[in-house]
Amino acid sequence: MSRREHTFFRKLDWWSVAAYLVLVLIGWISIFSAVYDPEHGQILDTSQRYGMQTIWIFGAWFLAIVVLLIPTRFYEMFSTVLYILGILLLLSVLVLGVERGGSRSWLVFGPVHFQPAEMTKVFVALGLAGVMSRPHFHLRTFRGIFYIAALILIPAALILLEDETGLALVLLAFIIVLYREGLPGWIPLTGIAAIVLFLLSIIWSPLYVLWLTLVICFITAFLAAGRKRPVFIAVVSFAAVYFLIPILLDLFSINLFAHIEKYIWFLIVTAPLVIVSLILAFHKRLTFLKVLILSFVSSIILIFSVGYLFNNVLKPHQQERIETLLGIDKDIYGSGYNVYQSKVAIGSGGFSGKGFLQGTQTKYNFVPEQSTDFIFCSIGEEWGFLGASLVIFLYMFLLIRIIQISEKQRHSYGRIYGYGVAACIFFHVFINIGMTIGITPVIGIPLPFISYGGTSLWTFTLLLFILLKMDATND
Amino acid sequence: MENRAREKNIIIAFFVICLLILVGRLVFLQLINQEYKVTASNNVLRYEIIYPSRGLIYDRNGNIMVGNQSAYDIMITPRELEPFDTTGFCSIFHLSREQMDKMLAQIDSRRRAIGYQSVIFLRQVSKEQYTRFLERAHRFPGFSVQTRSVRNYPSAICGNLLGYIIEADRNFLEKNPEYRAGDYIGRTGLEEYYEPWLKGEKGYSIYLRDVHNQIKSPYEEGAYDKPAVPGKNMVTSLDLPLQIFGEELMKNKVGSVIALDPSSGEILTLITSTGLSTEYLTNFGAYYSQVISDPLKPMFNRAIMSSYPPGSVFKLVNGLIGLQEGVVTPNVRYSCNMGYRAGSLTVGCHSHPSPLNLMQSVMMSCNAYYCNVFRNILDNPEYDNIVTAMDNWQEFVKSFGFGQKLGIDIPGELPGSIPGSGTYERIYGKNGWTSLTVISLAIGQGEIGATPLQLANLAAVMANSGHYYTPHLVREIPEDPEFRPTVERHHVMVDSVYFPVIVEGMYQAVNAPAGSGATARLAAIPGVELCGKTGTAQNPHGEDHSVFICFAPREDPKIAVAVYIEQGGFGASQAAPVASLLVEKYLTGEIHPSRQWLYERTLEQDLLTRHIE
Repeated sequence: MSRREHTFFRKLDWWSVAAYLVLVLIGWISIFSAVYDPEHGQILDTSQRYGMQTIWIFGAWFLAIVVLLIPTRFYEMFSTVLYILGILLLLSVLVLGVERGGSRSWLVFGPVHFQPAEMTKVFVALGLAGVMSRPHFHLRTFRGIFYIAALILIPAALILLEDETGLALVLLAFIIVLYREGLPGWIPLTGIAAIVLFLLSIIWSPLYVLWLTLVICFITAFLAAGRKRPVFIAVVSFAAVYFLIPILLDLFSINLFAHIEKYIWFLIVTAPLVIVSLILAFHKRLTFLKVLILSFVSSIILIFSVGYLFNNVLKPHQQERIETLLGIDKDIYGSGYNVYQSKVAIGSGGFSGKGFLQGTQTKYNFVPEQSTDFIFCSIGEEWGFLGASLVIFLYMFLLIRIIQISEKQRHSYGRIYGYGVAACIFFHVFINIGMTIGITPVIGIPLPFISYGGTSLWTFTLLLFILLKMDATND
Repeated sequence: MENRAREKNIIIAFFVICLLILVGRLVFLQLINQEYKVTASNNVLRYEIIYPSRGLIYDRNGNIMVGNQSAYDIMITPRELEPFDTTGFCSIFHLSREQMDKMLAQIDSRRRAIGYQSVIFLRQVSKEQYTRFLERAHRFPGFSVQTRSVRNYPSAICGNLLGYIIEADRNFLEKNPEYRAGDYIGRTGLEEYYEPWLKGEKGYSIYLRDVHNQIKSPYEEGAYDKPAVPGKNMVTSLDLPLQIFGEELMKNKVGSVIALDPSSGEILTLITSTGLSTEYLTNFGAYYSQVISDPLKPMFNRAIMSSYPPGSVFKLVNGLIGLQEGVVTPNVRYSCNMGYRAGSLTVGCHSHPSPLNLMQSVMMSCNAYYCNVFRNILDNPEYDNIVTAMDNWQEFVKSFGFGQKLGIDIPGELPGSIPGSGTYERIYGKNGWTSLTVISLAIGQGEIGATPLQLANLAAVMANSGHYYTPHLVREIPEDPEFRPTVERHHVMVDSVYFPVIVEGMYQAVNAPAGSGATARLAAIPGVELCGKTGTAQNPHGEDHSVFICFAPREDPKIAVAVYIEQGGFGASQAAPVASLLVEKYLTGEIHPSRQWLYERTLEQDLLTRHIE
């Protein structure tokens, strides 16, 4: 073994490799348990999913070794070519794609089924790194923003055309990369706030969302204000007016809420507060207060326009689609059922779980998409809180590790790419686990390294090992 | 290299916080909240589908023709199956041990595909078996009962008209994703055509169930339950007593009877004999193979599907076309000496006075007369050649509703066939045929096919002197006020002024005195002015088919009837009595004592032996 190779293997980040191997192993065990049937005991039985997954895993390792053998410069030099290749693959799906499980996103070569939309993350991460690491690239120019938007939105649009909404949404995660590279922080913050408000105003009644926004605003004002007393007075007077007037009217046998909706009363009471604050903000030149009022007013507008849009503009079947996507589908046969069963499965795991192959809820087809999107159910049921949180901490460890690796790259190419890897893994993990425990919308995307499926496993292996290769030759 | 430690730390913090939210949620789900543990170990959600009752079908006077009754299916949920009291189970349902094992093995092989669902194990068990099962349900884990509404038929009438209900097959489910496996659908007849109205909407109740297979409580207090919406009732134009009377007359005969109200196109009676008996319909799946192997083909709805030569009743059409085209007038006489002869060709006729005018030709059904008329039509010098004359004739005939679907509101109607010049050019080549070649069309034979429905429609055209309405069965759907039957008024290409002379011929055919040569005197009803036309269609495979169409009364007709009896012999002998008895029953409500013998004779006629070799 030459000296160069020797240092290469010493410099490879074995911590990440170890985390990767453990996650893949956990995945295999969970798939085995999810589809286990005493009649098919063979580990390599390819008629069963765990048999197929064994093949995918060996394939992924082979792929990892190949990636480690390719010179680092290859990715940097050919990032544009690879990106265009990825787009062409997506285009070819639109022509040659085969329908499978409700979306036309699969390419079929003989026995091999392949989903380019899943792979797109790799190409976009490489392409983005390629463009953004150019010496004269500036993110804060119009040209820069245009480039980045095109790079992300073109594949996103193509994936949407294939009906893989979840995988298109994953590309949103790259905003984390942009933030690291100098995108002003308020843009992702506003984005996240808008998405959360949007979801909440569909799920909750507007009154609750209004209260939530108001409370957040009061807390922010309290923390940011130089003098706390005016904020305190505002809170007390608001509460007094809001609650006491209906009680007083009630004494005169007038039921206020028989005449107006509660949220209208809320708006009536809020209006003077906003006006007084606004006068105060301009008079005393309090920038934070101006921003706060602006956010508050735009939140209210958002809440009501979403409500109006949803109930008046959208047709019932469109509403249903959105509700299904958000997992608040009332149809007990639909995703409402999945999430309920998934929560039962995980909740019944308790602290230490029911033990390997002992899960009752994840047997048979109780939770659909058992070994793919809802694989976390098996883990939660059979390994309990210990196993489930171990998996989450493993991901946390891997993500922090990837960020540290990215930060120490000498070339900005490697750093940007590394953040892309972290962003994708994070998005998949958070949304996937979140949906199985009922806190994120049910968007069908797999759990990295764990879910059943060759394309997904290979994609994440590629993502990770390209970064590890860059890191090992980082000098 | 830009150093952005702040961004890096914020991103790490963001990741960590989000993942800790997940952990926090797990703490809540797995450690704090006990509800899910209880749910998982003891309770499983159970969906009890509530099947809607189908809409009822009434006749025109409010008599129920198709009703509903409860049936009980024993369901099996393989995932919950445990060793159970097989002996007890078998004794309730009168199953042998081998049968039971075979059925269980069959379910077991489908276990994966069934998943957590329940499937039907035993179909439509009796009420008594159902109660006995319920008493001991706890001993049969994995089994449950599903109540369904099935059809019942207060009177045994022609099932081809009504259609039947059957579990939707895979093929149907693929084409109609709104249905689920286990749903019942209407097939053939009114049940299929009006399925969207009749079916109603399924509902369900959701229960939490404990390990002992016992329902514990409604899930979320029934907040997610959905009640079933019953199907919509429909009122048909059929006259149930008349339908029953007609079927009685058609007993042991193969053929069709259709009676309709010419002033609206409403069908009063539609009989296919031998048809599908209603006794098979309730649980049709169980009788399917038996019905399919019946040599008399009960599933074949002769009334709207079979294509017969119309025989002499078609002379009415040719006579009218001749009048409209001006190639014959009421006063033209043609002689007939036991047939029509031209060169080597002879079309035979029966013995009757000669020569005859147009009215008499209808009354006595003279073949020679219509050979002359038909040749006049085809060799009409007004037309360049026989090809245009023939196609013109075809247009005329089609305007009477022949050669096309009339649009009745049950599925399966066939158009019959009316030849044009193209037909004969294919057979004999261009210029290879003359009016003599196709002369059998003059008397409704040859390359011509009409359904009994089209013949009834012809009777309606005669009754209305030149127009007809789309024949239809459903009058209204009270719960769907927007529903209107699709009925159109069609005009034939013959002016109404030409009808009286032909109608007079039909009147005389029935009511002329004895010895006058009238063909259908048997059909005469005391006190009713019946107009009719007999037909005897040649059948190369056996006895001739017997045909009769008629309407009554002559002024302001209330009913038009066509009767077609396969291998019935002369039109006058079999079809005419059936038709006239039907008309008499409808118009007077009884059978005149002087015709009681005819009624009894008709009931006794058994022509089935002619069909079964």
